[in-house]
Amino acid sequence: MVQNTNQVEGRAVPEKTLGEIQVDNPRMSARNVNVFYGEKQAIDNISLDIGMSQVISFIGPSGCGKSTFLRCLNRMNDTIDICKVDGEIKIDHQNIYDPAIDVVSLRARVGMVFQKPNPFPKSIFDNIAYGPRIHGLAASKVELDQIVESSLQRAGLWEEVKDRLDQPGTGLSGGQQQRLCIARAIAVSPEVILMDEPCSALDPIATAKVEELIHELREQYTIVIVTHSMQQAARISDRTAYFHLGKLVEVGDTKQVFTNPRHELTQDYITGRFG
Amino acid sequence: MSFTNLMLTVLVISALYFIAGQRVARALRSNNAGKLHSLPHYHGVWAAVTSALPALFVLLTILIGKDLLFQFWARDYFPEDVMNGDTVDRAIALAKVSNVINGISFGEVEPWVQAAGDAWIRWDANAIVVANSLVLAVSLVGGLLGYRRINLAFRSRNYVERILTWMLIGSSLVAILTTIGIVLSVLFESIRFFKLIPPQDFLFGLEWNPQFEGAERAGSGGGTATYGMVPMFVGTFLISAIALTVAIPIGLFSAIYLAEYATPRIRGIVKPLLEILAGVPTVVYGFFAALTVAPFVKSVGESMGLEVASESALAAGLVMGVMIIPFISSLSDDVINAVPQSLRDAAYGLGSTRSEAVRQVVLPAALPGIVAAVILAVSRAVGETMIVVMAAGLAANLSFNPLDAVTTVTSQIVTILVGDQEFESAKTLSAFALALMLIITTLALNYFALQIVKKYREQYD
Repeated sequence: MVQNTNQVEGRAVPEKTLGEIQVDNPRMSARNVNVFYGEKQAIDNISLDIGMSQVISFIGPSGCGKSTFLRCLNRMNDTIDICKVDGEIKIDHQNIYDPAIDVVSLRARVGMVFQKPNPFPKSIFDNIAYGPRIHGLAASKVELDQIVESSLQRAGLWEEVKDRLDQPGTGLSGGQQQRLCIARAIAVSPEVILMDEPCSALDPIATAKVEELIHELREQYTIVIVTHSMQQAARISDRTAYFHLGKLVEVGDTKQVFTNPRHELTQDYITGRFG
Repeated sequence: MSFTNLMLTVLVISALYFIAGQRVARALRSNNAGKLHSLPHYHGVWAAVTSALPALFVLLTILIGKDLLFQFWARDYFPEDVMNGDTVDRAIALAKVSNVINGISFGEVEPWVQAAGDAWIRWDANAIVVANSLVLAVSLVGGLLGYRRINLAFRSRNYVERILTWMLIGSSLVAILTTIGIVLSVLFESIRFFKLIPPQDFLFGLEWNPQFEGAERAGSGGGTATYGMVPMFVGTFLISAIALTVAIPIGLFSAIYLAEYATPRIRGIVKPLLEILAGVPTVVYGFFAALTVAPFVKSVGESMGLEVASESALAAGLVMGVMIIPFISSLSDDVINAVPQSLRDAAYGLGSTRSEAVRQVVLPAALPGIVAAVILAVSRAVGETMIVVMAAGLAANLSFNPLDAVTTVTSQIVTILVGDQEFESAKTLSAFALALMLIITTLALNYFALQIVKKYREQYD
């Protein structure tokens, strides 16, 4: 990074992340990750553990690299030609950037929910059944029906759509579409679910429903969520990581980060002085 | 003043009104008497349009109307026997008169023709005077009326908007009216054809043999002329089907490659190259088909022990297929690119491979556009003439065998209308009947394409 962009109101981004990078029981762990878009460095030497069955939220001002880092975790950055990733990201002690690893099965283990709801232009049923079908998770029609039903139930959408499974998923409301996308992601039984600002396109009521859903899903899944809403991060996450200009400034228990931040930048951001 | 000069004068007057309108509006604005509703140049445009539009309309009406009127007046000079004759006699009489007007003389001119011609020249001179004064008056008065309406509150901006709308509507009407005109002219000639040949013989006849028409009329024997359109339509569909069998898979696959797999650099090279194919004149494809592909098809076929005509449907179809590849690939590529990236992200995020994402997400979403591309290609194939004339032959065989020589509707129309023709003969008129059937066919194709597109739109939106 260029020196002067490391300064915000005279405060330097620390060379080393403050707080607890490591957890006792990590599902994924990243070490010394750097990401480049062509010449530009988007992520600068980030190391972070993501704990089993925990919700961790990434916060920080726009352009701080939190979405980029999120997309490294299931190698979605591969679809961008000029993007280069180095360092090490492990899931269950296996480096996901190892040439031997199969990206397709990695993405089945690390699912993703996007900022804008993006249901396929297919029926509600086919939206959920898409993942199980391509991965051969259901041996029979009955089994597939069960997967679809249980995924929709876990996403809290079953009661709303059970009578119209054959209708297009794009016909649902924005909030329902986003829960459909979450149901679609959990239908392939991932271990980790990445969520990239999943509520930014939703109204407050739909947001509340999605947050409630995240709260229930934490029992079974490890969830990484990028959010612009600090209240949301405070409400739903166990740990919080604060990103700034491509660096991870601080990470720790959510309560600790929001009540007693270790770095002035975090303090300034959560008190709304910039961002 | 000639009509061209008159038109230029009208435009100059309207330009002057533009300047005047703009200036008076500026003056109103600088007087600070209140807020000017529209910007000064809208007032200028308003004054210019009120001057030019009605004047040009009057000019156009006079231009079109005067000849019709004079033709009607000229009848007073025609002798009894011409007036009592049929339309052809009257048309001949008019042609004689117009020869006098243009100063062309063939021998002795009948006195009534000379009189009518002289009168016509007189009327024409008067018409120019009337047109000059009328058009200039309309443009000056119209402009003045428009100009006088300009004041602070006058909403010239809204009026100009409305005038623009009408001009746009007018432009699209020109296209529609032209189409209707073409269809009607073909329709009327076809009706004349159907008076000579019963429609059922034409529509369901299995033999096409108009060449004997002349011999038949001369009574020299040798055969009867038959006008069955079925062999040509079978030929058209056979060749189009072969072309599409070539073009749809190749075009679609290359579109998928370009849109989903190719790096920007490769795409930048391959796409223009593919589009060059669309720019090759069809006559070049034609001799490529006739001189290169047809002999090749023949020799390959014969080496396999098949009997191949030297001008085969297969050769023409293959080359036509190559010709329409760029239509399918280029349009499909655009459509596939228009599928939102978020859908691809969703598919990849669930662990799809590229081909799974393409097959199950991208292609279904792009389907309406792809169908439209294919239908456009079908219309091109059905209407294509040159390749068929050169490579498929002119023998109207009723055959579904791609190795036979067949002919198509368009190439028959060409053979019928090339060279000297006599119009009242069934042979010549049959070209119009064929054209009418072709128009109906492509119209039906377009209609079905629209229905398909609509159906999938409903499903996906």
